[in-house]
Amino acid sequence: MPLSTPEFASADLAPAGSAHEPLSTRRSSFATTVSLPSGRAGLILTGLTLAVTILAPALATADPFALSGPPLVAPSLVHPMGTDALGRDLFSGVLYGARTSLFVASAVTMLTFICGAGIGLIAGYRGGVLDDLLMRVTEMFQVLPRFFLVIVAIALFGAGLDRIVLALGLTSWPVLARVVRAEVFSLRRIEFVRAAESSGASGVHVLWHELLPNVMPSVAVMLGLLFGQVLLVEASLGFLGLGDPNALSWGVLAGQAQGFLRVAWWLAFFPGLAITVAVLGSNLLADALAASLSGR
Amino acid sequence: MQLVPTVAGIVLVGFLLIHLAPGDPVLALAGEHGDAQYYSFMRQRFGLDEPLPQQLATYFRRVAVGDLGFSYVHGRATLQVIMERAPATLLLTGTALVFAVLFAIPLGILAARRPHGARDIGISALALGFYSAPIFWLGQLSILVIALHLGLLPVHGMTSPGSAAAGMSHVSDVMRHLALPALVLASHEITVLVRLTRSGLIDELTRDHIRTARAKGVRERLVMLHHALPRALLPVLTVVGNRAGHMLAGAAIVEIVFGWPGMGRLLLTSLQTRDAPILLGLFFVVSFTVILFNLVTDLLYAAIDPRVRFR
Repeated sequence: MPLSTPEFASADLAPAGSAHEPLSTRRSSFATTVSLPSGRAGLILTGLTLAVTILAPALATADPFALSGPPLVAPSLVHPMGTDALGRDLFSGVLYGARTSLFVASAVTMLTFICGAGIGLIAGYRGGVLDDLLMRVTEMFQVLPRFFLVIVAIALFGAGLDRIVLALGLTSWPVLARVVRAEVFSLRRIEFVRAAESSGASGVHVLWHELLPNVMPSVAVMLGLLFGQVLLVEASLGFLGLGDPNALSWGVLAGQAQGFLRVAWWLAFFPGLAITVAVLGSNLLADALAASLSGR
Repeated sequence: MQLVPTVAGIVLVGFLLIHLAPGDPVLALAGEHGDAQYYSFMRQRFGLDEPLPQQLATYFRRVAVGDLGFSYVHGRATLQVIMERAPATLLLTGTALVFAVLFAIPLGILAARRPHGARDIGISALALGFYSAPIFWLGQLSILVIALHLGLLPVHGMTSPGSAAAGMSHVSDVMRHLALPALVLASHEITVLVRLTRSGLIDELTRDHIRTARAKGVRERLVMLHHALPRALLPVLTVVGNRAGHMLAGAAIVEIVFGWPGMGRLLLTSLQTRDAPILLGLFFVVSFTVILFNLVTDLLYAAIDPRVRFR
C-alpha cells in the first residue's frame, strides 16, 4: 500500500479502462463531450470567461486603477458592480482581474503538464529502478501541503506572479504523473507500441508519437480539473494579501472586500462570482470529457 | 516504511527554502526585528557558521527534537506558539469533518439510487457548484445572508465579546460561534465525498453479489445500506485521509473570514509581521499532520479491508 493513494480527482474521474482502445475510436471524444449537457454548459462558461479576458479593454467602462466615482457606491448603471473604498470601478477591475487569474492558471497548467506528463511517461515506459525512484519522489511531492508551501515561499522570496506560478507548478504535478504512468504502463505492451519498437523507432519517438497522443485525453481531464484548482488557490493567496501587488486579480479584489463586508456586499460578491463561473466552466468541461471517455 | 524518506524530504524542502531565500538564512529561522546578540545565538544554535552539509545535519537534529526555530515577535519557541493555536483549528476541522460525513453519505445514496435521474442531476450539479466556489466566498456570503441579514448566528470569533460564561453556557456559546465556519469548511468536503459515495455506489451496485442479494429477495433499502454501502465507502475513507492538507488550508481561510482564533489567524498575523519562523513552522506542522493522517488511513484501510495487507 503506498503512503498516499490517488486523490479524489484521479480516483473518481480518470477513465481507467479507456487506455486500451486504439486512438482512432476515440477521435470523436471532443464531439461526444460537447454533446453532453454538462459539456455544453462548460463550453459556454469557459467561452464567456475567455471572451471577457480577451475583450477586457473593450468592455471595461473605466481604468481599473483610476478613481472613477464616489467611494463604495452600490451597483448602478454607471458602475454595474459598484465602486470600492477608493472609488475605483469594480466591473472594470473584475474584467482586468480575469487576465491575471487566467494567466497564472494557464502558466501553472503548462508547467504541470511538462513536469507531470514527462515524469509519468518516462517512469511508465522505462519501468524498473528509474520508475521506482521517480514514483518515490512523486509520493513525497504529493504529501507536501501545496497551499502552505506556497505561502512560505512567497513570504521568504517576496510576492510576484513568477514565484506564484513556479511554486504552484512545482507542487501540482504528482497526481498527473501518477495517472500518466499508470496508463503508459498498460499501453506499452500493446501491439502498436511493440510494432513501433520492432520497426526501430527510438524511445523518444515512441514516447512522443505513440504514447503521448494516447494518454492525452486523460491528461486533458486532469489539466481541466487542475486549471480550476489553481484559480481557487490563486484566489486564496490573493485573499491573504499574497498576490502580486502590481497585478489586479480576482483573489486580490476578494481580499480587499473582507474589510467592507458589512457596508459593501458587492465588493465580495462579484469577484467571487467571477471565480466560481470560471472554475465551474473548466470543471464541467473536464467532467464531460471524462464521462465521454469512459463511455457513460 | 516509506515514512522516513518522506519526512526527510519535507525537512529538506524546509532547509532549501531557508537557504535559497534572498538574505541571511538566520532571518528565516529567527525572524526579523532581532538584535545582533540574539542573531549570533541563533546562528550558533543552528550551526549557520559551519559548512552546508553540517548545517543540514544540525538542522535535521534540531527538527527531530521539535526545535522549529524561535519567533522573535512572540518571544517564544515556534512550536510552542503553533501548538497553542492547534486546539481551536482541530475543533473547527474535526467538526467540519463530522458535518461532511453526515451530509455527504445520505446525499450520495440519494443520488446513486437512480443515476441520471432528476435527484441525481440536482445533487451532482449542486456539488459541482459548491466545489467550484472559493471557500472564502462561501464564508463571506454566509456571513452576509445568515448572520448579518437574518441575524441567526454570530459571525466573528470563538466566544461572545466580554463573555465570562463558564460551564454549559460557555460550551453553547462556542458551539453557536462554531456552527457557521464549520459548515462552510464542510461544504467543500461534502461535494468531494458526495461524488465519491455516488460513483462508488453506482459501481458497486452493478456487481454480482448485489445481483445475488436482489435475487434472494433482499429489500432494496437493505441492499443499498448493508451490501453496497460498506464497500463503496472504502475509497471515501482513503480520500478523507488524503484531504487533510486541503482541509487545513481551507480551515486557515475560514478562520480568517470568521476571526476564529486558530492556526489560520496565526498565519495571517505572521504574514503581516513577517514572522518567517512561524510560517515555516506551520508548513512543518501541517506536513507532518498530513503524513500522520495518511498513515492512519492506510492502517484503518488494512484493518477494514482484508484484501489489503502490509507486506
